Amino acid sequence: MDTSIWRPIFYLIGFMAFAGLNAAYLGWCERKGAARIQRRTGPMEAGFQGLWQPLCDGLKLMSKQLLVPRGADGILFRVAPILAMIPALTSLSVIPFAGNVQARAVELSVLLIFALASIGMMAVLLGGWASGNKYSLISAARSVSQNLAYEIPMLVTVITIVMITGSMNLEDIALHQQGGFWHWNIFRLDKSILMPISFIIFFICSVAETNRAPFDMTEAESELVAGHMTEYGSMGFGLFMMGEYLNMVVGACLITILFLGGWDCPFGLFPGVWWFLIKIYILLFTVIWVRWTYPRTQIYKLLNLSWKILIPFSMLNLLVTAAFIKIF
Amino acid sequence: MSEYWKDVIGGSKSLVIGLSITAREFFKPVVTEQYPWVVPEMTERYRGHIELVKDEKTGKPKCAVCGMCMRNCPSGCITLAGKKPEGKKKKELTKYHLDFTTCSLCGTCIESCNFGAIQFSKDYNLASTRKEDYIFDLLKRLEEQG
Repeated sequence: MDTSIWRPIFYLIGFMAFAGLNAAYLGWCERKGAARIQRRTGPMEAGFQGLWQPLCDGLKLMSKQLLVPRGADGILFRVAPILAMIPALTSLSVIPFAGNVQARAVELSVLLIFALASIGMMAVLLGGWASGNKYSLISAARSVSQNLAYEIPMLVTVITIVMITGSMNLEDIALHQQGGFWHWNIFRLDKSILMPISFIIFFICSVAETNRAPFDMTEAESELVAGHMTEYGSMGFGLFMMGEYLNMVVGACLITILFLGGWDCPFGLFPGVWWFLIKIYILLFTVIWVRWTYPRTQIYKLLNLSWKILIPFSMLNLLVTAAFIKIF
Repeated sequence: MSEYWKDVIGGSKSLVIGLSITAREFFKPVVTEQYPWVVPEMTERYRGHIELVKDEKTGKPKCAVCGMCMRNCPSGCITLAGKKPEGKKKKELTKYHLDFTTCSLCGTCIESCNFGAIQFSKDYNLASTRKEDYIFDLLKRLEEQG
């Protein structure tokens, strides 16, 4: 089956469908979640409980023209939204959803995913710069400084996981944690007593990396209109939104594989792709929940959090893990 | 250094408190209404535009056409007229127009009425794009209500 042409084609269609469905319906979940937390109902008009709303929004966006403002860099302006979408889609192809559900088994998949995440940042930078709009440019500059600051603790945390597992392959990392929740990296207190804290650091960093509230300094509606998306209409804007939601999905998948045992059941019952999906949707719900709980931070507090708290703690965890592995 | 730890621990605690508040709100019932589908009931003392009160016995308006409301209205938005029918002692109302464009809902007309013939209605669906729609024929309105 590995060499067959059908495998990549089926996976391509499958992932496209998964990505499209998630990008559309996470928006719906977000609006519903926000509404429930604020004790409203959210979208109700289009279909039962507003279930057709994402479809209507998509149709509306597709039927509009992509205007390129005067003074904008035409080519980069058009390329940026595509660049926001592609890394997220590509990352999905190396993620093992279950033991045999993976499009491409890459040996260094952890490295590949973080390399692609860095390209995602380029989309915001290019989009902001090419718009020829000062708000977009400020947004792009903020995005770069934020992403650089949060990539460090994230990567240091990943190094600890790689040290524990001894592999940079996501599938190996997940296989390493099979057999109940006490084998999951988040509870591997015999490898490092700081593992739960390390999980929280990774979660915060992935929220910051995807530019989600309370770290949505790049979008910051009240200060920068919509940041790098200010000048975008129609599907340009749509692709940025889809890219954002897909990055959330990829982030949730990574957390699940690195810390929560991938497709492993907490009690050793029926391990499979459904456990993976349950875990990522719980994480995605938490991300939405966090967004509607906290107000936006300020840019210097954001950087302080990373440089003064997250980086020292992740470094400490790295040292503790190294010591534990050496001693035990 | 103790300031640093206070910041980290206190900060984390407040974050957890924030999350627990929104989690509790998430499961509480919805307080908004789906307006065009669910029409809210107005409160007892809601002040809509004025309306005529019907006399239950005769089925006609209680109004005695004294014109007190017309004279007392500070904005002059009430226009009424009456006629004495053949062989009857009392006047009967033939016209009662309210110009709602200048009405400020002060209620002086209601206070001045000695017969209890006008009251505040509970109407609030009054949006329109034409000025003429706000000149209400209250007599016709009463007849339509049946």
